[in-house]
Amino acid sequence: MTKILLLMLGAILVENFIFSRFMGICPFMGVSEKPDTAIGMGFAVMFVMTLSSAATSLVYDYLLVRFELEFLSTIVFIVIIASLVQFIEMFLKKLVPSLYSALGIYLPLITTNCAVLGAALLNVEEGRGFVESVVFGFAAAVGFTLALVIFAGVRAKMKYTNTPKSFRGSPIALIAAGLIAMAFAGFSGISL
Amino acid sequence: MMFVLLGAISWKPILIAFAALAAIGALLGLMLAVASKVFFVEADERVEQIKECLPGANCGGCGYAGCGALAEAIVKGKAKSTACGAGGPKVAKQIAAIMGEETVDFVGVRAQVVCSGCLGKVKLKYQYEGLEDCRSAIRQGGGDKVCPNGCIGHGTCVKACAFDAIHVIDGVAVVDYEKCTGCGACVAACPKSIIRLVPFKADVWVGCSSQDKGAVTRSYCEVGCIGCKICEKNCPSGAVKVENGLARIDYEKCTHCGICYEKCPRHIIFSGKEQKLSV
Repeated sequence: MTKILLLMLGAILVENFIFSRFMGICPFMGVSEKPDTAIGMGFAVMFVMTLSSAATSLVYDYLLVRFELEFLSTIVFIVIIASLVQFIEMFLKKLVPSLYSALGIYLPLITTNCAVLGAALLNVEEGRGFVESVVFGFAAAVGFTLALVIFAGVRAKMKYTNTPKSFRGSPIALIAAGLIAMAFAGFSGISL
Repeated sequence: MMFVLLGAISWKPILIAFAALAAIGALLGLMLAVASKVFFVEADERVEQIKECLPGANCGGCGYAGCGALAEAIVKGKAKSTACGAGGPKVAKQIAAIMGEETVDFVGVRAQVVCSGCLGKVKLKYQYEGLEDCRSAIRQGGGDKVCPNGCIGHGTCVKACAFDAIHVIDGVAVVDYEKCTGCGACVAACPKSIIRLVPFKADVWVGCSSQDKGAVTRSYCEVGCIGCKICEKNCPSGAVKVENGLARIDYEKCTHCGICYEKCPRHIIFSGKEQKLSV
């Protein structure tokens, strides 16, 4: 139990996907304009990342390892995650329309997100079992959401600042992201 | 040379990888194909059709999150087919046709900033050096201009406009009549509530919102309405009325004769065709 908790804490803070691994920067810049959309995207990522970690972990252990095809893991994971998201989308549209409309556009957006693929590949690299993989996937997504919401708050404030013209928009957002990443660097080196 | 190299490649792992990936791909593809049949949901075609008609600027003037959200609301009957102010009568007609409704009269509207107190004409209380945003400036004693009802010109409406139709010129927001679509986003954004929507045909307007007495208005603004009633007396159709020290034009009665525009001693009745402040 302690091990699981430490794994979660590590994935959320120490090895935060955005601020220390620099994965999933595209949605991080794209949907962090408003806190509302950031939370929507965060929940979609949590949903997909947990499920894809589970699926890829099973496929790796029982298919790729068994047939000695470990070197195919990256390309197989891409295919699996993409079709899984497609499947979930159809499934939700038919059976849970309320969740479908809540996740909305964000669900297909994260089909080819590198954070989702990254979580799957990291699980393999670290040799995690099924339960650990699912926990890691979920915790990494929580860390992703945390980063997104924090940054959305910063950007909401930034809208009202008198930024020099050449820095307006993405440049100043990237600078702010770098500053937050430096703050998160304070967690690095803590081995849990 | 080529044949030697080809012979040196061990083909077995390549073929295995190829076959395995092809098998996984085919399996997942088949699964998705089956799923798309099993979980097929009939979508209302009208939503897509209406979305096609709408301008697609996602200005938010209608009160919905964007053009897509408005299209869904119209199909569900929550919004009227004339809800898109930005699209104007043309879009309203198309939407009504899709929804099978009779065409409704659509009155085009334009936004108007009811103030002409540009810098140099109105007195300042203090030098504002905070965030460039009216909502922020208004918290500091209601803005830097003395006039309690005037435009403070820090550009909240400019940021709200999706069509680049409103700009702050010399400290006062001015609407570009050509670009304005009448979506109403700036009206909602203005913390002073001095932007209003007027019928498109309105080509004269009073550029002041001050309801102070004439002498008070005169004390802080060179271009404020002093309620002298010259416009009211000269209007042949009785469209101009002075209430609470401020001239108002009734667009139902106005014949666009332009007499009030010429007679106003403060030169604050403007013609929309000119679009410019008479500075």
